[in-house]
Amino acid sequence: MKIKQLATVALTTLAVSAPVAADLVFPSLSYRTGPYAAGGAPLADGYADYFTLLNQRDGGIGGVMASVPECETGYNTAKGVECYESTKGDGALVYMPLSTGMTYQLIPKVTADDIPLVTTGYGRTSAANGRVFSHVFNFPANYWTGASRIINSIMEEAGGDISGKNIALVYHNSGYGKEPIPTLKALAEKHNFNLTLIPVDHPGQEQKSQWLQIRRERPDNIIMYGWGVMNQVALQEAANIRYPMDQMYGIWWSVTENDKLEGMGSHGYKGATFHNVGSNYPIFSDIQKYVTDAGLAAGDGSNVGSVMYNRGLYAAMLAAEAAKTAQNMFGVKDVTSGQMRDAFEVLDMSAEVMAAAGMPNFGPAFQVSCANHGGPGLAAIQQWDGNTQEWKLIGDFEAPDMEVIAPLIKADSEAYAKENNITPRDC
Amino acid sequence: MFYRESGDFKKTYRDDSQTFPIKFDRRRYYVVMAIAFLVLPWFITDYIANAVMIPFLVWAIAALGLNILVGYCGQLSLGTGGFMAVGAYATYKLMTSFPGMDMFSVVLLSGFITAFVGMIFGLPSLRIKGFYLAVATLAAQFFLVWLLNKVPWFYNYSASGQITAPERSMFGIIITGPYASPVTGYLFCLILAIGLAWVARNLTRGRLGRSWMAIRDMDIAAEIIGVNPLMAKLSAFAVSSFFVGVAGSLFFSVYLGAAEVTEAFSINVSFAVLFMVIIGGLGSIFGSFVGAAFMVLMPVLLKNILVGGLGWPTDLAAHLEFIIVGALIVIFLIVEPHGLAQMARVLKEKLRLWPFPH
Amino acid sequence: MSADFLYTLEVILNGLMAGVMYSLVALGFVLIFKASGIFNYAQGVMALFAAMTLVGIQTGQIPFAHLINAIFGTEMHHFGWQVPAFLAIILTVGVMVLFAMIVEKYILHHLVNQEPIILFMATIGLAYFMEGFGDIMWGSEIKTMDVGIPSGGSLWLEEYTLGWAAEGERYWGMYIDKLDMVATLVAVILVVSLTLFSQYTKTGRALRAVADDHQAALSVGISLRAIWVIVWSIAGFVALVAGIMWGAKSGVQFSLSLIALKALPVLMLGGFTSIPGAIIGGLIIGVGEKLFEFAIGPMIGGATENWFAYVLALMFLVFRPQGLFGEKIIERV
Repeated sequence: MKIKQLATVALTTLAVSAPVAADLVFPSLSYRTGPYAAGGAPLADGYADYFTLLNQRDGGIGGVMASVPECETGYNTAKGVECYESTKGDGALVYMPLSTGMTYQLIPKVTADDIPLVTTGYGRTSAANGRVFSHVFNFPANYWTGASRIINSIMEEAGGDISGKNIALVYHNSGYGKEPIPTLKALAEKHNFNLTLIPVDHPGQEQKSQWLQIRRERPDNIIMYGWGVMNQVALQEAANIRYPMDQMYGIWWSVTENDKLEGMGSHGYKGATFHNVGSNYPIFSDIQKYVTDAGLAAGDGSNVGSVMYNRGLYAAMLAAEAAKTAQNMFGVKDVTSGQMRDAFEVLDMSAEVMAAAGMPNFGPAFQVSCANHGGPGLAAIQQWDGNTQEWKLIGDFEAPDMEVIAPLIKADSEAYAKENNITPRDC
Repeated sequence: MFYRESGDFKKTYRDDSQTFPIKFDRRRYYVVMAIAFLVLPWFITDYIANAVMIPFLVWAIAALGLNILVGYCGQLSLGTGGFMAVGAYATYKLMTSFPGMDMFSVVLLSGFITAFVGMIFGLPSLRIKGFYLAVATLAAQFFLVWLLNKVPWFYNYSASGQITAPERSMFGIIITGPYASPVTGYLFCLILAIGLAWVARNLTRGRLGRSWMAIRDMDIAAEIIGVNPLMAKLSAFAVSSFFVGVAGSLFFSVYLGAAEVTEAFSINVSFAVLFMVIIGGLGSIFGSFVGAAFMVLMPVLLKNILVGGLGWPTDLAAHLEFIIVGALIVIFLIVEPHGLAQMARVLKEKLRLWPFPH
Repeated sequence: MSADFLYTLEVILNGLMAGVMYSLVALGFVLIFKASGIFNYAQGVMALFAAMTLVGIQTGQIPFAHLINAIFGTEMHHFGWQVPAFLAIILTVGVMVLFAMIVEKYILHHLVNQEPIILFMATIGLAYFMEGFGDIMWGSEIKTMDVGIPSGGSLWLEEYTLGWAAEGERYWGMYIDKLDMVATLVAVILVVSLTLFSQYTKTGRALRAVADDHQAALSVGISLRAIWVIVWSIAGFVALVAGIMWGAKSGVQFSLSLIALKALPVLMLGGFTSIPGAIIGGLIIGVGEKLFEFAIGPMIGGATENWFAYVLALMFLVFRPQGLFGEKIIERV
């Protein structure tokens, strides 16, 4: 990025730049532009910074440097294809597309190309069934376990009984937002609450009708599956109609630093999360020392410790641990994407591993197996504290109601297997 | 030196009315075909096929379709994204309902279904004109997307409303799905694009095409000389939607492999196709291809130069991409409002006299 | 009064307010279309750009900080001062005037007498350009718009209307957002001053002359180029107002540019050439889509507003192809 580099423009043109061979390649399909840039930028920063830290502090993973070629998708699936095709030839070990739409598109492709696809907290929920989706992993939690965790939390608050309560789901009217509906319907049947569905169309700048409806019906709780500008407007409208914030829950994409109001506006707003919040972990001092102070940070440093940054960091940590597992499993330094897949399938994210990575209790402890690519689906609840202006974790990582979710996962994945002529693996 | 007509005598009407009357032009065309069919498949990589050639061909078909409507019939439409979505979902339903059907029939049938839908949404064009019509076609865009998103039957009741193209083949060769080789996808799109371009070319210079152009130039005058505006406009909508439907079908099944209607077929798609048509040249088959090439290749090229070549941060590069594409569009419009096809035409005229222009 | 009736009334009132918000965006389109026959797609992006500039100036951001840092390896983001809202607004208006001059000089000037569709495309190119330019200049993170506009439901109104419903019904008083009230007030002031400006000032009369007939206006010595700069400046100002109002609602971010899509049905309904049309069209669309979502929406799954606005406008157009207040299209052979 120095001026002399500008001079090389004439020479280095069309060719897709190939990173130095013998690196461990973790492509980052990021979106720092477009309608979701505010969420995408810190995510990508966290992902990149973690690998920079490993390179600077430990000399890479098992002695092999990690490289993170970044490709801008703008949250656009067609650009996602371009990004996938342009990076996969460089020996990509794992893809984390950070977009539900792109995940669906990549599922068949990565399976054919033998590259694992890891979607932490997004993507296709039924991919938890490892028998059908051999190359897709969606641990530690997914949209359905998140929905169930929120309902559990509502039940706790209500003393265990929520029959007859009215719960409204305010959702982004897209594949992502529609995901939790079957689960919530099943849960509504089981626990006898009334579910109201309130869709908000993209981009969600004008939600007056929806919130007038909420104001009329006064649901006991609101669950929000929002994204981008929809979150900010929804929170503003919720505050406007003076909806009690502590009765409102967001899924993890609706509870970031962008999604709160100035001052005490959203004090008490809660949301599900699958990783911890804040920057009170040993790893952050290392990031400060080896990455930020060395001028190697991906962003301008203002995002460090934010929810989205932590999520990127966490995803990178999972990928790096899997790479270590693969190195140990196969006894080679330069692992291949196929070996990565095998490593993900036996990944054991225990408390010790996280502590060793400088992130004790950063996420839930979980194990992946051949049949279950989703882990136990543990999630916690975080809450916005308007006094200190921070997100805080309340309660621990807890299990969702798998009794309800497991059959849904089975049904949806089997429908996919049938449609695409996939014979489920035995395990 | 080039494009010389002297010595190129036409002895029959057939010769006289062929698409490329100049011998040099004809030969050039055959060479391009030969390269596209015989040479490229040997060199094509996954990246070139999936990120450059297939999108280029798919967008070219969509641009052809819109060009028929806007360029030849003068009906401004911004509903392209919605019609592409219809084509895509029709393909998905056909593929999953009739697993035995070959891809060719699936794609064409999807086109016909879209043509029918397009005709319905073309009805207001009989009353509404110009920009009012453009905005009116946005009703089609938003309504179709909403409908396809809302009714679970269209996506086989899957939890998220995403559709995924299953593996389908033709003559035992896999065309869709992840195991299809990039070459087959490319050739499949190429055959359709060439075939449809041939259809478009012959439609536009026949009776139907003349009636469209009459409507475009002045619809009242056309009506007076006996062109039925109902027939002309609706047929333009039908043919255009057929092309767009085929493009949507390929976009979903061969190019993306999975799609979600709100994201993949948003209003931006409609604008993108309109861009291609205008940048390429209104009322030109060749222009549709050039326009598509410009809009597909330009961002890829810029990205590879800025990120791959210069090592700029991806977000800066993406912003610059916007700036450069926007500026180029304006510059092209200022330099040659009739599109790249017109530039090619001017160049051709110059080359005809070159090197002795006087 | 029954609660159902009151709820319907509430929906209608809120629809009217939402309609005003749409009108604010539509106004900019109408101004430019009237004066130059250009369908300015970039109006939405102009609103975004104006809002970004306002916030950027207010918070003392360094323009192009990201680009400068990337090239020179520096680390700078803020000047470290705060500019009062009023001054920032004036400075932003200055930026928008400058923008209008640049657009006139480098784009419009070269595209005189082109077909409308070419001009339309040029504005889309301009929109692309500004999207990238705005992001490079001010960064793409979400910014908070704070110019002191109140927001939140009006408590006074809620309490006042609480007793209207019959005893025992589920009713919580009428809800109207204060921000919407301010927007309505601003829109009224804007329209009145625009009308006064075009009726009673020399420049205003020149504007109307150009709108009526380019050639005739030229022949009496009105400078088309100056008029265009003025019109684009006014449209830039209107965009700023729309940007402030919408930005206060959702924060200043990329999606702000998409409000143009909300204004299109308004334009279509009201007619591209009529300022009162933009207002009335906005009100009809606002009330129409909110009522439809309220009454029919729940039956067919909701989220109908996006397309219903267009279908509503389409239905009007079938009867009046030039929109409610548009100039009658006279066709000659």
